[in-house]
Amino acid sequence: MTKEDKSGIDIFVKENTKFEFVHIPVIITESGLKDVVYNDFYIGKNADVVIIAGCGIHNDHHKDSQHDGIHRFFLEEGAKVRYIEKHYGEGKGTGKRVLNPVTEVHLKSGSLLEMESVQIKGVDSTIRVTKGILEDNTNLVVSEKIMTHGTQTAKTEFEVELNGENASTHVTSRSVAVDKSVQEFKSNVVGNSKCFGHVECDAIIKDKAKVIAIPKIIANNVEANLVHEAAIGKIAGEQLTKLMTLGLSEKEAEEQIIQGFLK
Amino acid sequence: MGIEKQDSGQVILDGKDISKKSIDKRAKAGIGFAFQQPVKFKGITVYDLLKLSAEKEIKRIEACDILSRVGLCARDYVDREVNSSLSGGELKRIEIATVAVRNSKVTIFDEPEAGIDLWSFNNLIQVFEEMRKVIKGTIIIISHQERILNIADEIILLNSGKIEKIGSKEEVMSDILKTERAGCCKIGGATNG
Repeated sequence: MTKEDKSGIDIFVKENTKFEFVHIPVIITESGLKDVVYNDFYIGKNADVVIIAGCGIHNDHHKDSQHDGIHRFFLEEGAKVRYIEKHYGEGKGTGKRVLNPVTEVHLKSGSLLEMESVQIKGVDSTIRVTKGILEDNTNLVVSEKIMTHGTQTAKTEFEVELNGENASTHVTSRSVAVDKSVQEFKSNVVGNSKCFGHVECDAIIKDKAKVIAIPKIIANNVEANLVHEAAIGKIAGEQLTKLMTLGLSEKEAEEQIIQGFLK
Repeated sequence: MGIEKQDSGQVILDGKDISKKSIDKRAKAGIGFAFQQPVKFKGITVYDLLKLSAEKEIKRIEACDILSRVGLCARDYVDREVNSSLSGGELKRIEIATVAVRNSKVTIFDEPEAGIDLWSFNNLIQVFEEMRKVIKGTIIIISHQERILNIADEIILLNSGKIEKIGSKEEVMSDILKTERAGCCKIGGATNG
């Protein structure tokens, strides 16, 4: 259903809908375009669906192309969603390819959302914001994979409020930054009840790349159990050595380690 | 021989000097090396590692077969990541499997008993006995553990970096027991075929 007040669509999934796939592709090929899209997903009680969103920017010109997608999810009681988001940019021009996705997740009692986001190469600048508001017995699982090259920048922010009893969240970020690229990972998990939150940020850096991890966990309830883990470093020398004893050259070993890490 | 460059002398394999070769070239020449501390990865599975190690496409069934031979229930392990969720004993067996699948001319095990519990150690001896049947080349075990020496065909006794004695288990052991010096390190070589 197309929105009347702004660009974007409203998507309604009826109660008890099972095993449906929803595809939301966005492709931008025009240079100099700044596009903002609002897509809202309303998922009915006990529905179980997979939603796939892919944003591609092809920019061969010299003006910047930007796509800011705002995806909001409203899950009713007992609903289950697997949300897969893939970002990709290409083009030979000097025009920048900019993607700034915002994802907002509202989970009602007993609902679950699993989000996978992948952004490998091609996107010059990205600020990704993911917000979650969780009621009781809900679960939000986020796994993101990012690889940046050249002078690309990528920022990710997670804000999760665990409001209901037995709300839980697991956020896993794995990233690889090479050349002179810069990444920033910020997370803020607030536990307002008997809840569980786990945030894990793991980054490999190479060359002159830089990664910043800023974790924040706030426990406002004595029963809140929040954990944050962050690790940044170059590829472990012993991993390279092991693969070299299996006959791989240093370069091949490095490729295998990165490929596995981002799998 | 496997990963370190020698301070002096030469490493000759099948008449060819591999002293100056890099780790991967030594591996390609036919040296297998099992780490004392098996290396952990993120995202790389046991099956991935076995495929890389075999340097060819191996079927799942082949990977499972090699895992069974090192005493792991293959179905439970083949798709597991080689990460810190695995115990020391499990990692050790996977390490041995990755080396065994290569069919190297010479396979070196660096203190295979290190870092595993007694229960796993007993099984490890069985694994090595099995290994002698599987690996066609020579196996060299570097060990401080007397019980591993039992499976060796020949023992080379090293003391402060120098070879002190080469001989059968009985000969070398009686020597050690006589002198019983601190800082004594033994090398056991088991040849097969």
